[in-house]
Amino acid sequence: MEIFNANPDFPKKTQTFPGVFSSLEKIAGFVCSVAADLGFDSSAVYSIETAVDEACSNIIEHAYGGEGRGMIEITCIIEEDQLKIIIHDTGQPFDLDRVPEPDFSTSLEDRPAHGLGIYIMRKWMDEVCFEFTANSGNYLTLVKKRIKR
Amino acid sequence: MEINHTSYKRCDVLSVKGRVDSATAPQLSDELNRLMENGRYRLVLDLANATFLSSAGLRTLLNTQKNCKRHNRGELVLASVPANILAALELSGFVPIFRIFDDVLSAVGNI
Repeated sequence: MEIFNANPDFPKKTQTFPGVFSSLEKIAGFVCSVAADLGFDSSAVYSIETAVDEACSNIIEHAYGGEGRGMIEITCIIEEDQLKIIIHDTGQPFDLDRVPEPDFSTSLEDRPAHGLGIYIMRKWMDEVCFEFTANSGNYLTLVKKRIKR
Repeated sequence: MEINHTSYKRCDVLSVKGRVDSATAPQLSDELNRLMENGRYRLVLDLANATFLSSAGLRTLLNTQKNCKRHNRGELVLASVPANILAALELSGFVPIFRIFDDVLSAVGNI
């Protein structure tokens, strides 16, 4: 089944990690290494690291409902003008669209502590797309475009 | 992540080295809570050697600031914030609620 229109001609790298918080540093090492090799600058690499970290933390916390309950598969597809990262899990669907944007106009005491991760992910990535399939689980696609020099 | 603690007469400095993410934010939270439980509410978080701060870390900072500022008993200030982490703080609307100093010395002198 081809649900992401991923061109098979584009090089891709896939790694699978246990769904535990201690995997986050290793996941960061994987995606940052791919992004840096593609020539993304420090700021762009950091934004990719953040988006992937937030996505994987959400998977562990919400899709799997805790640590050690499933795996996280990360595929980096190196396309001509962008890096596409597909994050796959087999937990419960977690629809990012249902998370409201944080309200920054509130006072310190009323400032909500949740919702920031998904907000940052959306702001720092060029595309964020969530898909759920009944047979194989959840797929989150993050896209960061390369700035042409 | 490693945390070093230095206690001064007026304030406490926590220096963080490495990543603050969902795996490590609870450790930072525990350190900050331990200080507040001991009545220490003037806190400096030195981020010079922090390489990453996720929303889990942002939540820790926010909850600490709420606790410190309650009853005007103190505040959490940030020092030596790397550019990428500063960008995350700006995006998250944190800049108006934390004083940010260029270095620990300025932070300790002004808290």
